[in-house]
Amino acid sequence: MLKTFPKGGVHPHENKFSAGKSIETIELPKQVSIPVSQHLGAPAQPVVNKGDEVKVGQLIAKSAGFISANIHSSVSGKVSKIEKILDSTGYKQTAIIIDVEGDEWLPEIDRSTELVEDIEKFTAEEIRAKVAEAGIVGLGGATFPTNVKISIPQGKVCENLIINAVECEPYLTSDHQLMLEKSDEIIVGARLLQKAAGAKKIYIGIENNKPDAIELMKKKAAKYQYIEVVALKVKYPQGGEKQLIKAVVNREVPSGGLPVDVGCVVQNVGTAYAVYEAVQKNKPLIERVVTVTGKSVSKPSNFLVRIGTPVSNLIEKAGGLPEDTGKIVNGGPMMGKAVKDLSIPVTKGTSGILIIKSDEAKRPKTYNCIRCARCVFVCPMGLEPYLIKNMATVGMYEELQNERVLDCMECGSCSYGCPAGVPLLDYIRLGKTNLNKILRSKKS
Amino acid sequence: MAQNKLIVSLSPHDHAKDSVSKIMFGVVIAMIPALLVSVYFFGLDAIRVNLIAIAACIFFEWIIQKFLLKGEVTITDGSAIVTGMLLAFNVPSNLPWWIIVIGAIVSIGVGKMSFGGLGNNPFNPALVGRVFLLISFPVQMTSWPKVQVLNFAMTDAQTGATPLAIVKEGIKNGESFSSIINNLPTSYSDMFFGQMGGSLGEISAIALIIGGLYMLYRKIITWHIPVSIIATVAIFTGILYGINPDKYADPLFHLLTGGLMLGAIFMATDMVTSPMTSKGMIIYGVGIGVITVLIRVWGAYPEGVSFAILIMNAFTPLINYYIKPKRFGEIVKK
Repeated sequence: MLKTFPKGGVHPHENKFSAGKSIETIELPKQVSIPVSQHLGAPAQPVVNKGDEVKVGQLIAKSAGFISANIHSSVSGKVSKIEKILDSTGYKQTAIIIDVEGDEWLPEIDRSTELVEDIEKFTAEEIRAKVAEAGIVGLGGATFPTNVKISIPQGKVCENLIINAVECEPYLTSDHQLMLEKSDEIIVGARLLQKAAGAKKIYIGIENNKPDAIELMKKKAAKYQYIEVVALKVKYPQGGEKQLIKAVVNREVPSGGLPVDVGCVVQNVGTAYAVYEAVQKNKPLIERVVTVTGKSVSKPSNFLVRIGTPVSNLIEKAGGLPEDTGKIVNGGPMMGKAVKDLSIPVTKGTSGILIIKSDEAKRPKTYNCIRCARCVFVCPMGLEPYLIKNMATVGMYEELQNERVLDCMECGSCSYGCPAGVPLLDYIRLGKTNLNKILRSKKS
Repeated sequence: MAQNKLIVSLSPHDHAKDSVSKIMFGVVIAMIPALLVSVYFFGLDAIRVNLIAIAACIFFEWIIQKFLLKGEVTITDGSAIVTGMLLAFNVPSNLPWWIIVIGAIVSIGVGKMSFGGLGNNPFNPALVGRVFLLISFPVQMTSWPKVQVLNFAMTDAQTGATPLAIVKEGIKNGESFSSIINNLPTSYSDMFFGQMGGSLGEISAIALIIGGLYMLYRKIITWHIPVSIIATVAIFTGILYGINPDKYADPLFHLLTGGLMLGAIFMATDMVTSPMTSKGMIIYGVGIGVITVLIRVWGAYPEGVSFAILIMNAFTPLINYYIKPKRFGEIVKK
């Protein structure tokens, strides 16, 4: 029996069209737009001015607070302006716009492909400092600063480092392909993260629809007794931190708690690779793997993309925008954000660009709730979405808190499965947002 | 330029290919085996009753939505067909057409539309209609035609009592259960395949179970409600039979006769009127099982499944209020 999380979950069509497509490096764009807020927490503070010359890997915006991250230039050239642009969140954000000239890297960055396995030369402290310096954030999509996550608070112990290679979102294959091509580097990155967090054991959780990756990672991990590759049953949302911990080590993160409360730290597989590059190669987070896919896309692909490249360049490279495009999503179909403009840049959290056909882009017709209880059965957090929806509609905020609306991680399983087409998650978000506002105002 | 026409909405951007009407037509498909058995044993009368009930249910839903509520007409979602078929399954095959129509008016008008239509009704509409007819027309509703295999001549068939009624009457007159059952013309295997008196859709346990398995496969129902009802009835009547096998019928007899299978698989599992959590569903099922046995053994009626389901329908909001699913990350007290 393959391991999985026990409660709830759905199994959407996987549609992994770009699986097995090797990672192609995309040409440099003429101009990049690098937002200063690509992570959870405070936006970074720009440290360059209009007209400055920058090189690849140069710091252009500095972390501004405990939860924040450095931003580096992904190209060499001249800063043309610093202005507000539309990004994938749909809001206007400050971004540093750089006109590309040549491809000149900072000299300290090691651009060779030679594998550096030795991790003994760094202390845990040094690894954390290098990760923070390189501006690494969780590349699975949540973009939480990695150095904060591997700094274990006083009084807590991290026993297990869990590498999240689940990639439970349909369509996306960037993590899968990265594992196939960079397995040695990922193992080193995982060991670095383990050392920084002080964990005893490393688990690599991979869903069973990627047998080649499971086999390869098992082979690479064989010489380390403390690394275990865990094959998981395919079920969405297994890539959710709490679900993955439950599936792999059978521990439940308490409501409102953090993984470290049960002795675990979860890191995405792409993050592990970025950590390897940052620590062993001095390379900051300036590029990432992005899947460009969709049912009508002529060449579904996995691209290695510099941060700040416009999405339109990627779509062009994947065969152009299909005629029947109805919606473009930054991320996967379950949790990704629909974008309204093709000029938005690829950011640290962009794991994929999904192009949805117009006939699938519209939501289904909404009927009365028929109380079929599917939303209750599929909720991985054990909530009652139908009830939360009703309470949020009439503003019963105290009751919403008792119904643990804040536990919802917005995986969308309820809306996905609702036969009456009720947009349950929209109402849950409404309840969460309003309840959070009330709680904040009570505090102050 | 496609770019100007991009749709922007919140996630999720994918949707399971299931809908209210697909679920309703799934239930209709699941009822077909039982319908075929009823045609086999009751002839064309079974089709007559079904057609009248379905047509009347759709008609009254249309009338009410179009002219009384002046709102959207949703007769195509299939729920009126399900109500009509379930009502037909719950009446004798020789019921006069006008009584069926009255049943449909009560089912749709009182049971469903007066509460706001599909999704808002607290009681199973078909059962509301059925119980209304049972109380209003007790003679017609309990004159069960004798089964005649493949008799398509629409003549008036002889009528007789159901095995449940025969046993209840016999025990009341002091006969022992074993002697009654030996004198019955129907064996247990007859009951299993449906060769006995009763409402037209309830007779064949095997056909109903096939329909139930189909609904389980399509994920229209979960196992919780049918299994808890059937297990409760089996255990409760098993205990009684163990205490006094002369006075009480054995569990298998209870499971195969009357409307138990129809109720457990098709009526109690009605999504709208059953609880929302697995624990709640089990409590609801146990409640239906207990009340059914209480009515069958000590009540005035020989059959109690419909009443039991309606009574537990009334408890559904209370069950939903108190029974919560197991939350992820709930701190467990040790």
